[in-house]
Amino acid sequence: MSITYLEAIREAQALALRSNPAVFLYGQDIADFGGAFKATKNLAAEFPGRVKDAPISEDAMLGVAIGAAIEGMRPIVEIQFADFSSLAFNQIVNQAATHFWRTNVPCPITVRLPSGGTAGSGPFHSQSMEAIYAHYPGLIVLTPATVGDAYSMLLDSIDLDDPVIFCEHKLLYYHLKEPALPDPKNCLPVGKARITRSGKHATIVTYSAMLHESLSAADELLKDGYEIEIVDLRSIKPIDTDTILGSVARTGRLLCVGEAFPWGGVTAEVVARVAAEGFHLLDAPPQRLNAKDTPIPYHPNLWAAHRPTARAIAEVLRGMLRF
Amino acid sequence: MSEPTITTPQLEIARATATEQSLKDLFIDGYRWMLLARTLEDKIASLYHAGKIVGGVYLGRGQEAFSTALGMSLQHGRDIFAPLIRDQSGRLAFGEPLLDATRTYLGSVRGPMRGRDGNIHRGRPAEGIPAMISHLGAMISVVTGMLLGRRFRGIEGQVGAATIGDGGTSTGAFHEGMNTAAIEKLPLVIAAANNQYAYSTPNTSQFACADLADRAIGYGVEPHRVDGVDLYECLRVFSLAVERAREGHGPQLVVGKLLRLSGHGEHDDGSYVSKNLKDSLLGRDCIEVAQQRMINEEWATAVDLKAWEEEAREKVREAVSCAQQEPKPDPFSERWVNLASAWLIEGSSSHA
Ligand SMILES: Cc1ncc(C[n+]2csc(CCOP(=O)(O)OP(=O)(O)O)c2C)c(N)n1
Ligand SMILES: [Mg+2]
Repeated sequence: MSITYLEAIREAQALALRSNPAVFLYGQDIADFGGAFKATKNLAAEFPGRVKDAPISEDAMLGVAIGAAIEGMRPIVEIQFADFSSLAFNQIVNQAATHFWRTNVPCPITVRLPSGGTAGSGPFHSQSMEAIYAHYPGLIVLTPATVGDAYSMLLDSIDLDDPVIFCEHKLLYYHLKEPALPDPKNCLPVGKARITRSGKHATIVTYSAMLHESLSAADELLKDGYEIEIVDLRSIKPIDTDTILGSVARTGRLLCVGEAFPWGGVTAEVVARVAAEGFHLLDAPPQRLNAKDTPIPYHPNLWAAHRPTARAIAEVLRGMLRF
Repeated sequence: MSEPTITTPQLEIARATATEQSLKDLFIDGYRWMLLARTLEDKIASLYHAGKIVGGVYLGRGQEAFSTALGMSLQHGRDIFAPLIRDQSGRLAFGEPLLDATRTYLGSVRGPMRGRDGNIHRGRPAEGIPAMISHLGAMISVVTGMLLGRRFRGIEGQVGAATIGDGGTSTGAFHEGMNTAAIEKLPLVIAAANNQYAYSTPNTSQFACADLADRAIGYGVEPHRVDGVDLYECLRVFSLAVERAREGHGPQLVVGKLLRLSGHGEHDDGSYVSKNLKDSLLGRDCIEVAQQRMINEEWATAVDLKAWEEEAREKVREAVSCAQQEPKPDPFSERWVNLASAWLIEGSSSHA
């Protein structure tokens, strides 16, 4: 038996529906069809009336979720592709994100964003939007990179009283497998990063699909005798600065890798924090690696060069290790 | 607002003035565009299933009559046509080169998108074909803006058309775009293909009004309804709507009823499409309906039909093999420049 990242997301939603009557799912094609990626397969049949198809009205979908949350429900909204959340942007950042601060009434919604690039998906079905949402006060932004995290962090999202932007990576949906789901009680809490691999020569801080590219890069460098430590952020906001600094204290070198566009964003945030709070720990200038500063290209030749790959990560690491 | 009753469509003119001959010619042209699109898309689908095309493939199967009639009612070089995912035939009828399709699907650098974007996400905005983004509804206000831009520049009498699906009419962008065009009384034609489904979602979960054309009324837009499977009817209604727009009657909403005769994309078998609908009049194949009319009216013989099919296959074969042989994008020579003001790109050697 093994379970995929996508199945973990489905199972978390099933468990939430089973254990909490306030939970309902809302999104395009998610009921009988089971969703564009099948993340809600069979759930409409198992939980009649609680898995609802939405019209192609993202702004209204989020407004409806926020309204229901104010009334005590725990909606999970599936946006068909993260890229289309731009249509719901106003409700997310102005309504949901400010609601508790303004009114003292919490807004416990979970917004699932199928994120990230896959070959041939082009500029509008590939985006990573975590940094955009993390910019706004009042939102929690999660980016699970493992099957277990996809499961436990989605359950956490539903329990949290704040709006959560849950960025799940489409490239991991079908390929990433683990033997079984973890017991949520034994999982790291939201806000804690994980040291996925320990090492002593350099630290890579990363998240989501880039964790796996980073692991391959670390394998590559091990052949040259370099041991690379890898920190999986898991949660973009809140961000676990302590774990990052602890790792950099051990290695003296920092590379932060993210799939999103390079300007600002998560990698810049990490480098800024380390530069400000851990400058004395650094033996080399901190580096970051992101996608290129153009829209995400359609053609696989271009796409493979646009996003950070294990090869590109290894190359930057080698440069840093020369210091 | 009731449906306009004035009839000055090309077809009526054809019928009144010249003749059976020109009516027949118009119809046959339309049929051949439909056939070319169908032949091309069948080929694209088989390339996709053979793993030769990466990314999504979305077909216009069943919607060729509706799309073609719109394309033919517009004038390339003068009007604007903003197609979406099911408008291969309208693109051809409007004047997009066949090679644009094969080159974009196959990622040739010689295509209009140079491998940067793919499949139906293509256009030639400088030639009146805006390049769609995926976000549904977004093209309507863009065409509205193109028309407004032309008005600013003193150009009148040119029409802009944008297509949308039944699902796309639920977007805020659709409503905002239509309302804005109506306020400005711009010559916009919105062609809404109600193919009964948005991906897997049937009309009943998409809107609660009796007929999408009714939506026009609340915005002060003229509504038109048409059997989207019948090329003859589509030509009649679209040429009327385009003329109304051109003559200054403001935006027009044409709603065609039809059925998507494929999955949402080629990754989808469309097994959720109701059998009742497939067996209904909506489920007729517009290509067969057009063939039947040509045979009945004695506009074409079985031999003609065969010859046109062979001709379409030959054109498609050429366009595919041409695109297949062309160079694909090279990440090392790609400049990764995303600004027209390239000198503003950091590290640019051409810094002024
Ligand atoms: C704003 C937005 N939300 C979601 C999608 C994903 N999506 C792509 S096509 C589609 C269904 C469109 O249905 P319809 O408008 O009826 O057009 P059809 O595919 O039937 O031609 C959906 C939901 C999108 N492209 N844009
Ligand atoms: Mg539709």
